[in-house]
Formats: sequence, structure tokens, C-alpha cells
Amino acid sequence: MRQTCRDYADRELAPIAGKLDKEHVYPAKQIKELGAMGVMAIEVPEELGGAGMDYLAYSLAMEEISRGCASTGVVVSVNNSLYIGPVLKFGSEEQKKEWITPFTTGEKVGCFALSEPGNGSDAGAASTTARQEGEEWVLNGTKAWITNSWDASATVVFATTDKKLKHKGISAFLIPMPHPGLSLGKKEDKLGIKASSTANIILEDCRIPLNNMLGPRGAGFKIAMQTLDSGRIGIAAQALGIAQASLDCAADYAHKRTAFGAPIGKLQAIQFKLADMAVAIESARLLTWKAALLRDAKKPFTKEAAMAKLSASEAATFCSHQAIQILGGMGYVADMPAERHYRDARITEIYEGTSEIQRLVIAGQIMKEYRL
Amino acid sequence: MSGRVLVGVKRVIDYAVKIRVKPDNSGVVTDGVKHSMNPFCEIAVEEAVKLKEKKLIKEVVAVSCGPQQSQETIRTALAMGADRGIHVEVSGKDYETLGPLQVSKILAALAKKEDAQLIILGKQAIDDDCNQTGQMTAALLDWPQGTFASEVSMDGAQVKVVREIDGGLETIKINTPAVLTADLRLNTPRYATLPNIMKAKKKKIANVKPADLGVDLTSRLEVLRVDEPPQRQAGMKVETVEDLVEKLRDTGMV
Repeated sequence: MRQTCRDYADRELAPIAGKLDKEHVYPAKQIKELGAMGVMAIEVPEELGGAGMDYLAYSLAMEEISRGCASTGVVVSVNNSLYIGPVLKFGSEEQKKEWITPFTTGEKVGCFALSEPGNGSDAGAASTTARQEGEEWVLNGTKAWITNSWDASATVVFATTDKKLKHKGISAFLIPMPHPGLSLGKKEDKLGIKASSTANIILEDCRIPLNNMLGPRGAGFKIAMQTLDSGRIGIAAQALGIAQASLDCAADYAHKRTAFGAPIGKLQAIQFKLADMAVAIESARLLTWKAALLRDAKKPFTKEAAMAKLSASEAATFCSHQAIQILGGMGYVADMPAERHYRDARITEIYEGTSEIQRLVIAGQIMKEYRL
Repeated sequence: MSGRVLVGVKRVIDYAVKIRVKPDNSGVVTDGVKHSMNPFCEIAVEEAVKLKEKKLIKEVVAVSCGPQQSQETIRTALAMGADRGIHVEVSGKDYETLGPLQVSKILAALAKKEDAQLIILGKQAIDDDCNQTGQMTAALLDWPQGTFASEVSMDGAQVKVVREIDGGLETIKINTPAVLTADLRLNTPRYATLPNIMKAKKKKIANVKPADLGVDLTSRLEVLRVDEPPQRQAGMKVETVEDLVEKLRDTGMV
């Protein structure tokens, strides 16, 4: 399975990744092909149209896909973990059929709308509101930084049904896209992962049927946090793919580029960098696999998922930084993929929980373990 | 007609690997080197699976001759849609000297045993570039052959094959049972889907020894030496066409 994903990434994604980045083009054809392979819905049971595999399989697939193209990787990750994930875990059987099955083929992708202009890390402060009017929910507010927004056919949205209850007043809703009352802000002009669309989702008296609520009323915050726990494993794997691609690029260059009469890979300064990169990747990879295995065994995995995401994202920025250093001037130009890896890596320390939040999550778990 | 198709799949060094000759010039380095299914065999599997999807044939059996690792190659064929596999175990010295003659004897024996209607192979393997196994197999079985196929269509017990030849395309009609070999443009092999990769784990791979098929693996060929191709020399530039013709004559090229 890993080999199949790697073959697909090598043959179909890596050759076009530079172009997708330069032209900000959503890889629609590739997403459909990945859908046909089952990669867009890895954990979804076969009866619902998915591949019926586990999170270790998902981590492996995500790393290989992202190694080819980090933008494609984030589209795959958001669809699997952040959109399908909560519906699979908290949805009714009808909701699963309506909101998951059409999103397994790559024809349609979904998104996850939690962050707002006023709050990212402080998810409990959500100010998007949902009020009941007869047989409908009416939503108002703005969501920010939503990946896949311009290419999506549905979104999970978090809105408060009772501000006084603070984070316990947040509920989760499913909104199809396009939909009256839902509009999109301009596509953000990002530093990296340019082939995926990121924009605000604006809700103005957006009306949805009552049974578009996902999970119980007031469970929204819990749903978001649990969804992000799993999403972190996917993003860790994406960061691993970027880190690995950086190491591949740097090692290949070190083998071919000569200076002072020999390939630069013979110089200790370069060797130490390659070794440090490899250790950073391998340790983050093992943390990612451990988190995936714990989740697959239905054991608590919050701490390990946060550790995986933290170490993998820092490995991605470290490795892509060192790759440029090893490539020298060639690392600074678009002729080589190193500069794209550098730009793609940066966001992995920010989205789905900043590195600072990951540290808080890990510390929180440690406090529990030591009964502090 | 049995509706059964045998597809030969060969495990070869992956096309993207940089080949290195062993220090003793006895062969190329294979230890620890990435291997995959021969690309032309992938095309053969894809064609067989497509025929089954069109309901023109009933069963696709993937066959590989080689060591334990050949089973991975068969699994890839199963993940692409083959129904079951046959692993003909050949290892050690026998594997080092295994070539088209022995493989075609094995395939001929299996075709009789399995009552095959069609054998589909890749036109050649990317390691030895022999382009012989399909032709030898057909000759041993006294079956018609459609080689270098860029298009295959079945019409009852007949097969129409469009062949890529030097002058262009040649269309022939042959009766089954027959041997076909796949050329590059026959189809684009599918990526295995994740569910099919999982399902492939349950499909059966039978183990067979060449001796059970009455095949003698002795090679009639002996490899004397393997060398790297000569290093590319720098060329030279000339000013005029006359200079070029003179140089070509001087160096004995013309």
C-alpha cells in the first residue's frame, strides 16, 4: 500500500508539484485518481465507499502523497481527518450516507470550519452563532483560514448556540456548499501549499435543516478537539513527507555537487546536517506511527498525537531549512524543489494546533500522569 | 473455452534504480536494490483484467518464476485484479541462470495444466531485454502468437491483434488458444486501489516446483562477463559541413 502511494506520488504528483505551486491550481484530476484508489477515505468502512483501513495506513499514505506534493497532501488530510472524521465518529447512519459516501471518490471534498478572525488557538471563544427558527438553524458569523473552501462541496462548522455556556455552548453543523447564506472570502495568497485553497467562509443568515446538527447540542467543542487529535496524526505525516522530500533533495545534491575536488557529501559539515535531518525525521515518524497505532488500538493517544505533530512539523522546517543550506544558491531558486519544501513546511507548525498549543496539550497530559 | 488467462509477471530491478556492476564483473548488484514488476508485465496484467471486466474471459492467473520475493510481484498482480497466483519457485544458482527458454517451458507446461485459453506476457523484460519468452512459449505449444500488441480485441474464439512493427501497424486475427505479448501503448496500467490491496491478501498463491512440471532448468547459455557501458567521451565541434564529412571519413564512421 505504501509502495502504491509512493509510486503514484513519484509518477503523478512530484512532476507537477512545482507547476501546481506556481499557478495555484487545485489538483482536481489527481484528487479524483486518489479517490478511485481509496486514499480520500482511508478509514471509512467499505460499505460507505471507503478503503476500510486504519490510521497507520493513513499515516503511511499521507507521508508518501505529501512527499510528492504537500498541497495535495493537505487536501487529502483535511478530507480524511477533519471533514469525514467527525461525521464518521459522531454522525447518524443517515448523516454518514449523505455526508460521507459522496466524499469518498475524490469527486467532492469537504472542509472544517473552526477558526475565526477573532480566534484560532482560543477555539472556545467561537463567536459564530446558531439560533433555532422553526425547523431550521440560522447561522451567522465568519470562519477564517478554511482549507479546501473554494473546492469543497460541504463543511463542518462550529457555532455557538448559547454564548453564556462558553465552550460548552458550541455545537457542530453540516452545511452543503454552495448554499444560500454561505459565501467565500478571497483566496488567501499563501507562502506555501499554494495549490490548496484557503479562504474565509462567511455565514449570513445561513439556514440549514435541524438535522444538520452533527452530534449532540453543546458537544461541538469536544467534537472539535477529538477531531483535531486525529487530524494531528495526518498533518504529522504530511510534515514527514515534506521533511523526507527535503532530505532526498539534499542527499542527491550532496552526491552530485563537487567542491574542493570531491562531492560535497564527503565533507563532514554536510554529513552532520544529513545525519541530523535523518534523525529528526525518523524520530518524528516513529512518534507518528505510535500515535496511529494507539488510536487504532482504541487507546488514549492525545499526548502522542501532539508529540507527533510537534516533532514532525519542527522536523519539516528544520530539514527544509538545511536542504536549502546544502544546496546553497541552487536552494534559493525554483529550479530545485528545496525552496518549495521550505515554504510548504512552514505552515505545519501553525495549522491544526500551533506548536505552542501542542506543547500545552503535552504538558496537560504530563500533569495528569504525574497527578500535578 | 476455459476462459482462463495466464499472465506472466517478472520481478526485475526497478526502472528508476541506478544499475551497478558487481566488482567481479559476474553480474549486476541486486542485493538491497529496489525491485518491482516489469513495466511490460504490468501492461499485460492490466489487459487481462480489462478482458475479465468486459466479461470476455473468466479468470486471470498471475504466474511468476523466481525466489521467495517473486510472491510480492504476484501480490501486486492480485491487487490489480488477478484472481489467483502461481509461484514457480526458482532460487540460487538456478535463478541466476534462468532465462526465456526455461521460463517458456514452464509457462507451456502450466498452460496445459491450467487449460489456458490465452497467455499474455510483456513483450520483454527491462533487465535482459530478451523479447523471446512469448515467442518461445507459443512455439513450444504450437499456438499462434500476437506479439508487440498495441490493441487486442476478442471475438468468440478469435483474437484480433494490432501489432506495432517497424513499418507501422499490422492487424492479424488468430485463433485461441494463443500467446500475446504486450507493447507499451496497449494500455495504461491502473494503480491498485487500497481495498483491492487488502483483498489481495486473501487470494491464493499456489507453490509449484519446476521439477513437478517436468522442466529442466539447465541453461544453454553461460555469461562470461558483465561490464559497464563505455564512458561517454567528449565530442568535437567542427566549423563546416565539409569538415564534418571529412572527419566522419577520417574516423572510419563513413
